[in-house]
Amino acid sequence: MLLAVLSGFIFALLVPLLSKFALRAIPSLLSAVPILLFLYFISQLSSIREGQFLLEKISWIPQLGINLSFRLDGLSMLFSLMITGIGALVFVYTSYYLKGHPYLDRFYGYLSMFMASMLGVVLSDNLITLFIFWELTSISSFFLIGFNNEEESSRKSAMVALGITGFGGLVMLAGFVWIGSAAGTYSLTELMTQPEVLTGNSGYVWILVLVFIGAFTKSAQFPFHFWLPGAMKAPTPVSTYLHSATMVKAGVFLLARFTPILGNTPEWNWTLTIVGAITMTYAAIHALFRTDLKSILAFSTISALGILVFLIGLGTEEALLGAGLFILTHALYKAALFLITGIIDHETGSRDVSRIAGLQHKMMPVAVAGYIAALSSAGVPFFLGFLSKEVMYEAVFHLPQAALILTILAVLTKICLLVAGFWAGIKPFTGKITAVSENAKLPSPRLWVPTIILGALSVSFGIFPALIEKSLILPVLSSMMVGPIDSYLALWHGFNWVLLLSVLTLLIGTAIYFSWRPSEVKFEKTLRFESFAPEQIIKGLGRSSQVFAKRWTAFFQNGYLRNYVITILIFLSVLVAYRLFSGVYLYLDWNQISEITPSEIIVVFLMVISIFFVILSKTRTAVIVSLGVIGFANCLFFLYYSAPDLAMTQFSIDTLTVLLFMLVLFKLPPNKTFSSKRIRLRDSFISLVFGALIAILTLEVFEEPTMKEVSEYYADNAYILAKGRNVVNVILVDYRGFDTMVETVVLVIAAIGVFSLMHLNLNPFKKD
Amino acid sequence: MELLLILIIGLLHAGGLYMLLRRSMFKMIIGLILLGNGVNLLIFLLGRLTKGHPPVIDGNAKIFSEIYADPLPQALILTAIVIGFGLQSFAIILIKRVYQVLGTDDLDELNSTDEEI
Repeated sequence: MLLAVLSGFIFALLVPLLSKFALRAIPSLLSAVPILLFLYFISQLSSIREGQFLLEKISWIPQLGINLSFRLDGLSMLFSLMITGIGALVFVYTSYYLKGHPYLDRFYGYLSMFMASMLGVVLSDNLITLFIFWELTSISSFFLIGFNNEEESSRKSAMVALGITGFGGLVMLAGFVWIGSAAGTYSLTELMTQPEVLTGNSGYVWILVLVFIGAFTKSAQFPFHFWLPGAMKAPTPVSTYLHSATMVKAGVFLLARFTPILGNTPEWNWTLTIVGAITMTYAAIHALFRTDLKSILAFSTISALGILVFLIGLGTEEALLGAGLFILTHALYKAALFLITGIIDHETGSRDVSRIAGLQHKMMPVAVAGYIAALSSAGVPFFLGFLSKEVMYEAVFHLPQAALILTILAVLTKICLLVAGFWAGIKPFTGKITAVSENAKLPSPRLWVPTIILGALSVSFGIFPALIEKSLILPVLSSMMVGPIDSYLALWHGFNWVLLLSVLTLLIGTAIYFSWRPSEVKFEKTLRFESFAPEQIIKGLGRSSQVFAKRWTAFFQNGYLRNYVITILIFLSVLVAYRLFSGVYLYLDWNQISEITPSEIIVVFLMVISIFFVILSKTRTAVIVSLGVIGFANCLFFLYYSAPDLAMTQFSIDTLTVLLFMLVLFKLPPNKTFSSKRIRLRDSFISLVFGALIAILTLEVFEEPTMKEVSEYYADNAYILAKGRNVVNVILVDYRGFDTMVETVVLVIAAIGVFSLMHLNLNPFKKD
Repeated sequence: MELLLILIIGLLHAGGLYMLLRRSMFKMIIGLILLGNGVNLLIFLLGRLTKGHPPVIDGNAKIFSEIYADPLPQALILTAIVIGFGLQSFAIILIKRVYQVLGTDDLDELNSTDEEI
């Protein structure tokens, strides 16, 4: 299985290496990878019957419980077959649809990267690897939505999609880590054996919230649904593959995966039921106000995803069976409708459903596929859609609570979806030929054969449900539930209420189809509600966070170095001052304080005056001289308190500095005042506070007892080990000899810098 | 006496910071030097003041027989003074060159590569 997952990535790497010539000459060859993978998964079908599963584990970071482990059970089998099967069709379709496109190789690279990541998501047994593959699908989706990268709207949609799904993914990761630390394992298989550890955990609600946000963003649930219509900027094969059949179902997959682990609690069931119900109704109604075929399909996809979340939320055996069945049904008919839309777009150059008609005279096979897909989506008997709709109605109708309102919502959704499906699959082909569809003709079989294949599957599964019942659908159910299964698929359940609902749906839907025409005007009428839509609210949040970030940066990083210094120092001062005043007791031990002699007083006096002179004087010479006085006063302090070496160094260095200043004095800028009085007052206040804090801190530290161990070691051993009597010198040239050597190097570097700066002529036109 | 030294350390830090915040590059360097002096004095003070007993062992003894000033802060400060000098001299020459080439001493005129705010 590892190879199955990785082959897509390897292939994605190879695609750019295959020359463009090879791509054009043998385009169908590229489809070999998904086809082979599809056959591989078909060959594994027998091994997952009756609820068994295959497990494959390769250690990756076992210390953290992260392993490349894969689990193939009913649920992942259904998804794997969809990913590889529809993938194969999309690969074939693309080879003609994007024929001659300069970025075709890139496109195939992204597409196979996506396929591999999606397989990774559905096969992963480890939560962390699942997360990695999950984010990889978001990233490949980002590249594919922004595939027409010259268009600004494409790039924007790609950013929105990545923003929403990436955000959800990160939130989900937090949930996974929580699960890992609560249950002690990241393995899904192990989690399934002990669901009570999580459902009984005190953080259960938080885990749910985090995982739900991940699933809802990915599967475009209300209020995160709006990235999906935007994602329709991608080329149609991408919309087919990622944004209707597979990737957007990853969230549904996740919920189905976690049903045996986190499910069967009121929190789980009600949240999913409510969110799913809102999404399915909201999006289904929205679909009826669109005229762009892809928009209609986008909203009906959101609605279908809502139905899936809703069914998983109901959580009964019938509901879960309905979810499993509907995943397949929806993938088959929606992929077909998308591919057909692509063909229409390709042949007529328009996707406006109100202007396209009569195409069945031009392209009969496509029209047939369109009719099949539309009828399957409507749930007409003998199509797969009928089965899944029956099961869904059964599940809703037999609910112990709130059955009436939920049934009404489900029927309403199904009616709207029926109309949307008819618009996409029937309306463009019937009626009189319009101006737009005049020049259309039947395209290459590479475009329409995939739609026929999908239609054929819908019909054959619809007529012979036994084909998929035991091999595919019941294993899906068994991987979502614990305990025995007594469901079955049947075409005929007898005369009952559910059948009546089905008939009602068909009748009302068809009536609406004939009486309600798609038009721009109706779409424009919905625009006035846009400002309340979650899309605007979330985008507004995004914009205001950007504005906030801009202001924040402008305030703290405004390019003026001294403002950075002020910010840092104010922060530091406030922090230290708070600590000083809240928790530290100031005291003074007079025994430690030595007496003051007159000579010391004079030096202190000298120093204070010079400091004020340095700051306030207007002439450079005076400033430099006062600076020299400060240095020499320092020197005297060192001398008084037994540091002759320091005094000597300070003396010579200070002399040198003053000399250096004097040497370049006339080339130095004049001592000007730039700032206003207000700024100077502010700075002096900050400086005084800082100085006072340093003084208090010094006093504090001074009062603490000192540790003299190191000093004593140096002093005691100076002569014995190093044969030197001046301990300071011994420390510098012996104990810390290397430091001193490196220090010398620093000085040499500074000297080289000084020398070269003096001789460097930056402006060749101006000799100095 | 220590209290007076603490006062001076505070003044040197305050004055150094104030000069560092000026727009003139010349004043900025003065600020750096003041801060350096202040820090040196601070380290020195924390080694405690000892009068008349430099950390030098008597001519014929092998170890100290009476009290001595702490040699460790002194060694640290010595390094700091020398390195500080390297920094100061480089900075002095640098502003001299900057002034020659650009004809300004105002730091605010030197940040034009930054984006407009």
